[in-house]
Parts: sequence; C-alpha cells; structure tokens
Amino acid sequence: MARTTAFSALIAAAVALPLAIAPVAALAQRDPAYAAARSAGQVGEKMDGYLGYVTPPSPALKAVVEDINLKRRAVYSEKAQAQKATVEEYAFTSGCLLIAQTQPGEKYQAPNGTWQTRTSAPPQRDSRCL
Amino acid sequence: MSRKSHCPLLTVHHGTATIAGYNGQKGGADVRRKVLAAGALAGFAATLCGCISVKAPDKPIVIELNINIKQEVVYRLAGDASQTIDKNKDIF
Repeated sequence: MARTTAFSALIAAAVALPLAIAPVAALAQRDPAYAAARSAGQVGEKMDGYLGYVTPPSPALKAVVEDINLKRRAVYSEKAQAQKATVEEYAFTSGCLLIAQTQPGEKYQAPNGTWQTRTSAPPQRDSRCL
Repeated sequence: MSRKSHCPLLTVHHGTATIAGYNGQKGGADVRRKVLAAGALAGFAATLCGCISVKAPDKPIVIELNINIKQEVVYRLAGDASQTIDKNKDIF
C-alpha cells in the first residue's frame, strides 16, 4: 500500500511537472498587442526579416514593434555570427521562412515591395528563397 | 523607349540613351545630321547638350538591399534560421 501511494505520488508529480512548466512556456508567446495587430493586418512580415507597418501605427503599437525588431536583430546577429554569415543574410533567410509561415489574412511584403495579404496560396517570395 | 524628351538630343532612360529629334518628332535632314553626330559622339553630345534627363519609373522604386545575398547562403542558413524562429516564438 505504501509503495502504491509512493508510486501514485510519483505519477502525480510527473503529471504536475509539465503543468507547472506550462505557464512559463505560455510567456514565450506573442505579445497580445502584437498578435492583434498582426491578425488585423496592421503589421506584416518584410522580406528583410523584420516587421513593417502596413498602416500608420499608434505610438503604443510602434513601441511594441520596434522592441520586437530590436530583439529580432539581436537574435539574428548572434546566430549569424555562429554561422559565419552576415546579419543581413541571416535576417533575409529568416524573412523567407517567416513569409512562408504567415497565416491566411496576415500581411507580408512581396518582392516588388508591396504589401500582400496571405491567402491559402503560397506567398510571393524572392527567387532566392527556398 | 522614346518618350517626350525635354532634351533635344539625348535622353537617358533606364540606362539606355535614346537619340531623338526636337520634341521627339522625326526630323528632317538637319536633325538627321545631328542625330548621326550625336550617335557618333554620344558622350560629347551629352556634354554639349547639357541636359541628360533621367526619368523615374512610374512604379515604386524598390531598393534591393539584399542584392549581395546569394541563394546558396539562404540554403545554408535556412535550417538554423528555422530553429531560431521556433525557439523564439514571442518575437516571430
């Protein structure tokens, strides 16, 4: 009986552990203001790997997007160095992927520089994208 | 290629030189002689003319900042970049 209880406790701990981690993982999601602006088509993915404004942003949204772009640049910079590539090369490669990953309704920048709304069809991308 | 030209002799448009008569009309012998002269000495004519008009295209100018990025670099980095995006969902 004692063993069974201990075993149950172990199971309970094993189940509880991911639940305890879950709120931490939830923090690694998009800022709600960014998520909303993205869905609303106010911001979109640019070819250069950064976010751009489709419509003139409110000061609050601008602050959020600038912060994200600074963080993106820091990540690109670190990863590019590890890969012996330039920040621009790494950012551009990421831009290719990020445009490919946009959801229908979201905005992205086409090779001609215009903003496009993603549909279920593949997005228009630079010829160098894979 | 020959649009309305402000320059009687030489118009530079999209990197090519178009030699036109006055106001783009087909000229007579006099103009044709000028055209021949201009054709032979385009650079010299440009100097004399002093009015090379470089026209902006009607479509928005796209400044290609990534002109030096080669496809093989994109190919090499794609796998790592994909992981980076997955691991930093808050900023992507």
